[in-house]
Parts: sequence; C-alpha cells; structure tokens
Amino acid sequence: MSKRSVADLKIGERATIQSFNDAVMSLKLLEMGCLPGAEVCLHCKAPLGDPICLNVSGYCLSMRRSEAATILIEN
Amino acid sequence: MDASLTIALIGNPNAGKSSLFNQLTGLRQKTGNFPGVTVDKKSGTWPIDTQTTAAVVDLPGVYSIYPKSLDEQLVTDILANPAHPDYPDVAVVVVDASNLHRNLLLFTQVADLGVPTVLALNMLDVAKSQGKDVNSVRLAMRLGVPVVRINARTGEGIDQIKKAVLGQLENTTLPGKLFFDPGDEVADLIADTRTQYALQNNYLALQYIIQHDGFSFLNRVQQLALDAIIDRYEFNETAFQANETITRYKRIATVVAESVTDHRPIGEPTWSQKLDRVLLHPVWGYAIFAFILLLIFQAIFAWAQPFMDAIDSGVAWLNGQLKESLPAGPLTDLLTDGILAGIGGILVFIPQIAFLFLLIALLEESGYMSRVMVIMDRIMRKFGLNGRSVVPLISGVACAVPAIMATRSIGTRRDRLITILVTPLMSCSARLPIYTILIALVVPNQRVLGVFNLQGLALMFLYLMGLVSALLAAYVLKLMLRTKERGFFIMELPTFKLPRWNHVGLSVWESVRAFVWEAGRVILAISIVLWVLASYGPGNAMQEAETRVKRELANAPADELQNKLASERLEASYAGHFGHLIEPAIRPLGYDWKIGIALLSSFAAREVFVGTMATIYSIGDGGDEAGVTVRERLRQERNLLTGGPMYTPALAWSLLVFYVFAMMCMSTLAATQRETKSWTWPAVQLAYMMVLAYLAAFVTYQCMA
Repeated sequence: MSKRSVADLKIGERATIQSFNDAVMSLKLLEMGCLPGAEVCLHCKAPLGDPICLNVSGYCLSMRRSEAATILIEN
Repeated sequence: MDASLTIALIGNPNAGKSSLFNQLTGLRQKTGNFPGVTVDKKSGTWPIDTQTTAAVVDLPGVYSIYPKSLDEQLVTDILANPAHPDYPDVAVVVVDASNLHRNLLLFTQVADLGVPTVLALNMLDVAKSQGKDVNSVRLAMRLGVPVVRINARTGEGIDQIKKAVLGQLENTTLPGKLFFDPGDEVADLIADTRTQYALQNNYLALQYIIQHDGFSFLNRVQQLALDAIIDRYEFNETAFQANETITRYKRIATVVAESVTDHRPIGEPTWSQKLDRVLLHPVWGYAIFAFILLLIFQAIFAWAQPFMDAIDSGVAWLNGQLKESLPAGPLTDLLTDGILAGIGGILVFIPQIAFLFLLIALLEESGYMSRVMVIMDRIMRKFGLNGRSVVPLISGVACAVPAIMATRSIGTRRDRLITILVTPLMSCSARLPIYTILIALVVPNQRVLGVFNLQGLALMFLYLMGLVSALLAAYVLKLMLRTKERGFFIMELPTFKLPRWNHVGLSVWESVRAFVWEAGRVILAISIVLWVLASYGPGNAMQEAETRVKRELANAPADELQNKLASERLEASYAGHFGHLIEPAIRPLGYDWKIGIALLSSFAAREVFVGTMATIYSIGDGGDEAGVTVRERLRQERNLLTGGPMYTPALAWSLLVFYVFAMMCMSTLAATQRETKSWTWPAVQLAYMMVLAYLAAFVTYQCMA
C-alpha cells in the first residue's frame, strides 16, 4: 500500500505529518504551519468531499483534496 | 506635519490589523478605491504626540513575505525596497496572541529584513479563553524588539504603542542577530549579491535572489544578473525556502515555549468548529447559502425601494423648484435636464449599493464568507473559476466596478482574469430600471400558480440568464486560456466573530462614496454631453423643424404641440442624426432610430437608457410618475412600418436580452484596464459581450417576431 496522505483521512481522524511529495506546494503548507511532526485532524469536508478543512496547531485550514494529497502522514 | 514619517501596519489576515488602523486613524483615512475587504492600500494620519504626526499605511494581510497574490506582492515590494515612498520608519507587526507560532513567522521575517519593528500583541483575551497566557516581557527579551499588549477592538494599549513607536523613532532597537541566518553554504552567494547591489543585510540579499522576478523596483538587467548569480552557485530556491520556514518555526517554538503557558485542554472542538459542521454540510450548507442569497436579493430589490423612491421624488421636486424659480433658457435647461437629471440617476442607486455592501461586510466580518468559498470551490472550479470568485460575482449584482476590484484576493492569475472578464455579465443594479420598465410593458402583472408574480418571474429569469452566461463564458475562457500555473486554495478559515459595527459602517460608507465619486463623474459627464447633443443640431435644422411643427399644428392643444415640438427637435438634433446613422445596423434586432439614440447614449453607462427614453419620447420631467409615463408613452408608440404597436413583446425582449449581455459601462472597462494593466482585456471584454448581445438580441427578435 502506498503512503497515506491527509486526503485519505476520515472526518475526526488524527495524524502526524511526515513529509511532502510536492516541493512547491510544501512551501505554502509550511508557511501555514503544516510542519513535519505537527498533528493534524480532519475537521470536516465541503459538500462533494472537496475542499477539506483541517485543524492544524489550533486553527482551521481549508484546502483542496489535490493539495491535501501532497501531505504524507505517518501511520 | 512631518510628511516623511511612515508607520506600516503588518500582520496575518484576521490578526486585527484593520481594527488597529481604525483606532489609530479614526476618520482621518483614505482609500483610493472601492472596498474589497482589506486588499486596498489604506492610509491615514496618526497624531502620535503634539509634535509628531505620522502617515499610517495598512498593508494587506499576509502570512509570510513570500507573496501568493497580487495584493501580497505589495507588502514585499515595500519592505524589500528602502527607496519605496511607503517604506516604513517603523513597522508595527500585529500578532494574534491566540495563534502565536504562525503569526511570529511573518514577524521574524520582517525583523530580519532590517525594518525597525514594534510587536503588537492582540487578541490576548481570545488566547486567555483558550487557556494561554503570554508573558510579553519575556517575549520582548527573546525577540529583541518592543512588545506591546493591545486590544485593537477596544483601543486598549494605544498609548503604549505610541510610546514604543516614538522610542523606536528616537533610538532604534533592532534584534541583535537574524532569527534565521542563511548559513555558511550560501555565504558566497550572499556576499556576491551584497556587493553587487550595495545591501547591508544578509536576509535582504537573500530576498533579492529568491524573489527578484517579482520585485518591481528591479529592472530587467538587474533581474537577469541575479539569474546569473543563481546559476553560478547552483542555488535551489525551493529547497532553501522550505528549510528556512522549518528552521524559523523551530526557533519560534522555543521562544513561544518560554513565554507562553498553555493550559489548553486538547481536542475539544470549539463552537466555531461545531458551527462549521452545519455550514459546510452537504444539504444544510447549500440551503443556508441559498437563503442568504435570497435575503441579499430581497434587500436590494424590496427594502431599498422606498429609499430609491424617496431619492427619485426628491430630485424631481428639486428639479421642478429650480425650473420655476430660475429664468428659462439654455443654462437652466442644462442645470435641470442635464446636470441634475444626471446626478439623480447616480444618487438613486445608493440604497441598493449600501444594502449590498452592508450585507457583504456582515458576511465578511463574521467569517461566513470563507465558508461560502469552501462550499462553492468545487462547483466554480468546473467553470474555470474558484471559490474566491463567489464574492466578486455576488457583488456584481450591485455594481461590477467594486466587484472587479474584489478579485485581487484571487491568487491565481488565470482564475482572476476569468473572474474579471465574466463579472459584468451578472446583472448589475444599473440594468434594473431598464428591466423594470420593459417587463412592465410586455409581461402581464398577474399571478401564476397562486404565488408567483409573472413580472417577478421574468425578472428572475433575466438575472439567471446573466448568471448562467457568466458561468458559460468562464467555461469557454477556461478552454481558451491554457496555463501552466497551478491554482492554490490553501486558506485559513477564521473563527466566527461578531461583526465590528464600525468596520461595517466604514465599508458601506467607502463603497457608496467611491460609487458616487468614481462612477458618478462618468455618468454626469455623459449626461451633459447627451443633453448638448440632443439640444443642438447641425446648421439651422432645429429651427426649421420647429417652424414646420408650429405651422402644421397651429390649432392643436398646447400639450400636444409641446410634445410634438420636443420630439421633432430631437430628430433634427445631432443625437437624432446619430440615431438615423446606426438604424440599418440595429434594424435586424427590431430597433428604430429612437432606440438607436438610447443605445448610443447608454453605451458609456447603461443607466442613462431610461432617461434618454424619457427625453426621446418627450415626456419632460415626470417626477414620481416618470416610470409610468414612460411606460404609457411607449405603449402608445406606433411602428411606422406595420402600423401596430412599436413595443411588441418581440422588441421588448430583444432589448432586454441585449441589455443582459451588452458591455455598456465605461467605468467597468476602466476598472478592467486598471486591474489587468492592459488594454487587451477590456477590448476582449467589450468585444465578446457586444457580439454576444447582438447575436442574442437578433435571435430573440427573429424568433419572436
């Protein structure tokens, strides 16, 4: 099984960020506080499952599924 | 006033920057533009003490000095260029204390650029309610800059900001060393850049290297020279920048750990998050959004009506008074029928614009607008737009000019361009009077299925036609404008807050003021030109027409004579000649030369249409009953070719459809030109909408006739 990403999380599920598979996208995610080692929690999904809302270090980020798929998680 | 002093406010979005700006400057502020939340550069004066007054600039909210969109670019452009007119003497970095890690990222970058800073700790009450205590003294010691505790909503701590800013002005304290020192492996690269560009600071030199393509103050040669440096040292910008952010967060984590005590219970969903579960719900989310849209429409069309009627009759009354008290003559005519009628045409839109921006400001302030972007993103993306396009499209229902300005927050260039190009298809409030008059003319005022008014349904149909065509046009543009650029939708969802009423009030005031001033000038100018064109003709054609009518209708009642005179004079005027000139081109749409005049005059601003119709059909000043009289007069108008009524349903619908699509607004084209910085896109916009309007009106008329 390939590595899981934030896009695979279910609502309410927690995970720890491990790495990114897209360098350019990672710059923006890092600035917004998605750091390797940080814990995230999938807070809710928009209708149709895209974009998703993610809780990261005390605030809520929304991003598209394709963007979430670049955040790889530990499991 | 010491004009050379500049204080910049910098901070993350929603950190309370705008609140602080309002506290410091009060009503001594100005924006050149319409509101689009805080994307415009706002400035104001701030009397710090009796001797010192500074200009305060409220910079757009950013998360870092690496820009993601046009308005974010401005921040970096200023901070990296000490020669910039807005380069701050002191930067006040406003920080949300409940979210210190991410807010300090920006702060450390600004401080590393060598800008003298004061850190304003805001939202300490929110942090407290989350169980976090911030020790500001320890924070100041660790960061090496003055730290001030404030509450931007209530104005607490303003005196301390004054002291800190004055202190920084007299005796600048900079942090001893950079928070992020680029390190040894790029030392040569930085040394090279520093000597070439005479820079004092390692981090600034690094920004020259990473961001040179975006820096507007560098010329092409300088940018190419920096490219060469990058190639020589084989510098990997992306990897470096990622490393920078991670390193900064590590350092910030130790600073925060030392100065914040956190008793927060982990994993408790806040009430804001519980609310999100409803607002983003597959069913309830859309239902609530639809309900709010309905409310906005209700406000614009129903609640604004009494105010509009009041303004209308007020202007008509004033017009009548002036006509009676001033001596008759061309000057009085110009003042009343030209200028005052023009001003009235502008003022009458104020209630609608005020209501729309009141509601939009409330939605923005409360944090709901971000949720709308989230639920609409997936749908909008199918059409080449994105979630952030929703605000411009909704604003377009009032006026396309502020709507186009609100596109600045869309980071993706292509999405932004498409949004700008299609926004004018949304039926703006200037089309409403045209819709109302023509619908009243050909659609019976009766109910269907017991509840729906047929005229209301027709109106809704026109608005839907505008929306659907905007989406389809966006889809076509998406297929035509290929891009390699990637769209981003990483966005913070702010927590729900109670609106700050002074912000809402300011936003409404700004939008109304800007509409009256920006759009008003154009409309007023056109009204005057139109009046001249309709009042004068080539040679003595006007006098000839007058004597002829007087001879023919010598025995007719005075009223009829006056009406006939006015309309014959119009036909002989310059405007009448224009109308005849374009008649062959508009004949296939069912229009005659009189409608031709109205089309031409409304070319620059479509709201002029109804006024021109009134002039053409020689109604004069109708005051309150103007709408009714125009309608009655149109109903009586005969088609010279068929002998039947001129305004058949086919003609009326052809006109309606024409106005749904036609790009008849100079102010919008000017806004497109400003925002795209090119003449190509306004030209494209004008061309595609006009072709669309002509074809659609042609099909409508030919099918219905």
